[in-house]
Amino acid sequence: MSVNMEKPLIQVENLGKQFGDLKVLEGINVDIYKGDVVFVVGPSGSGKSTFLRCLNRLEESTAGHIYFEGVDITDPKVDIDRHRQKMGMVFQQFNLFPHMDIMQNMILAPMKLQKKSKAEAEKEAMELLNRVGLADRAHAYPSQLSGGQKQRIAIVRALAMKPDVMLFDEPTSALDPEMVGEVLSVMRELANEHMTMVVVTHEMGFAREVATRIMFMDGGNFVEEAPPEEFFGNPKNERLKAFLSKVL
Amino acid sequence: MSQAIYTNFIKDDRWKYITDGLLVTLEVTFFAVLIGIVIGLFVAIVRSTCDKTGKLKVLNAVCKVYLTVIRGTPVLVQLMIIYFVIFGSVNISKVIVAIISFGINSGAYVAEIFRSGIMSIDQGQFEAGRSLGFNYVQTMWYIIMPQAFKNVLPALGNEFISLLKETSVGSYIALQDLTKGGDIIRSRTYDAFTPLIAVALIYLALVMLFSWFVQLLERRLRQSER
Repeated sequence: MSVNMEKPLIQVENLGKQFGDLKVLEGINVDIYKGDVVFVVGPSGSGKSTFLRCLNRLEESTAGHIYFEGVDITDPKVDIDRHRQKMGMVFQQFNLFPHMDIMQNMILAPMKLQKKSKAEAEKEAMELLNRVGLADRAHAYPSQLSGGQKQRIAIVRALAMKPDVMLFDEPTSALDPEMVGEVLSVMRELANEHMTMVVVTHEMGFAREVATRIMFMDGGNFVEEAPPEEFFGNPKNERLKAFLSKVL
Repeated sequence: MSQAIYTNFIKDDRWKYITDGLLVTLEVTFFAVLIGIVIGLFVAIVRSTCDKTGKLKVLNAVCKVYLTVIRGTPVLVQLMIIYFVIFGSVNISKVIVAIISFGINSGAYVAEIFRSGIMSIDQGQFEAGRSLGFNYVQTMWYIIMPQAFKNVLPALGNEFISLLKETSVGSYIALQDLTKGGDIIRSRTYDAFTPLIAVALIYLALVMLFSWFVQLLERRLRQSER
């Protein structure tokens, strides 16, 4: 939100994505700095999720560049797996591994990719589980957990890799209403610790509360970008005004 | 009754046709299963990698031809072609020919079983693995295959049961397996009932034993889904 002189953590340059003839994203330019909590909102089908998924190349962009920590990760020669280790991602459908218990879910990537010992990985996993109040479920299987618990595990599983940025793809959209709060409070805590976050969501109240910037996407590009007070208090774009009048 | 058992099995040590034949059947089945799994796994991974990423196009085309030819022709014809045509001028053990033929044949069916298993795993699992930083092969190995294997275990068990019984067509190249053993006794004693029923009972017992083992394995693997 303040004028930032350092280099952006993620720099998106003229990003485009096309499925066949359908242009989903076009000409997107965004800088995301360390400690930013960027919320991406907009009507469904506007390309929010596609934008987020392009950031770690789960979706391959068809135009433009994305620089992550100074490296152009859209370069086909780049070792994307190495950079993905630094970009945690949380999905709408949790995507825990059902054939492993919670502890195994947590330690798989740190052990195999960061070559941590089992003891070290388990110790760090336990600390994370404690933070989200699920240490007692370490040896439960995903199918034994509620949706809110699964999503909290998914968040700490990503955190176990000590990422530099966390990407959230509608993390509360698949949850029963009474479970949304527990997931949001984990995210709020992360934001307070100045984790860099990019969040696609429909939770407007939450966006207003924790975002440093909110970006409104419509028709495959960002049409307005502002800090929360201004975004909600004084929207300029007509489509954003129409959108806000419907969701607030 | 006891007279029939005596002439068919005890006299002249005829039971040896059965036990020696049983060993051959088990040997052929065991190694054919191994070959089938190796081929099947390879073909399934090539096919689903091509479906998912669009890579390996040439290899995928070769695999498709293999699947079409093997699944489109009878196993007995394949066996005879391999024995009388491909190895026609070579002196080679019938057991090895049988292992190769049944292995190649089984591989085609196992490949489609594995492929359906891989395709049945939610795309989100794959994305979760990749987003953590695992490469394609690691994601397959740690996340997709264990789940896929669990899902296809019943179908896989079924395939191996049919393979065990299918090896009986090995008699056509005079493979001295369990079926042939019973048939030899029949030709010596002119009693069809006793040796053939005995052979049938042995197949039945093997299949039941194997089904029980697959069920046990299935139950163990399902423990995480209570």
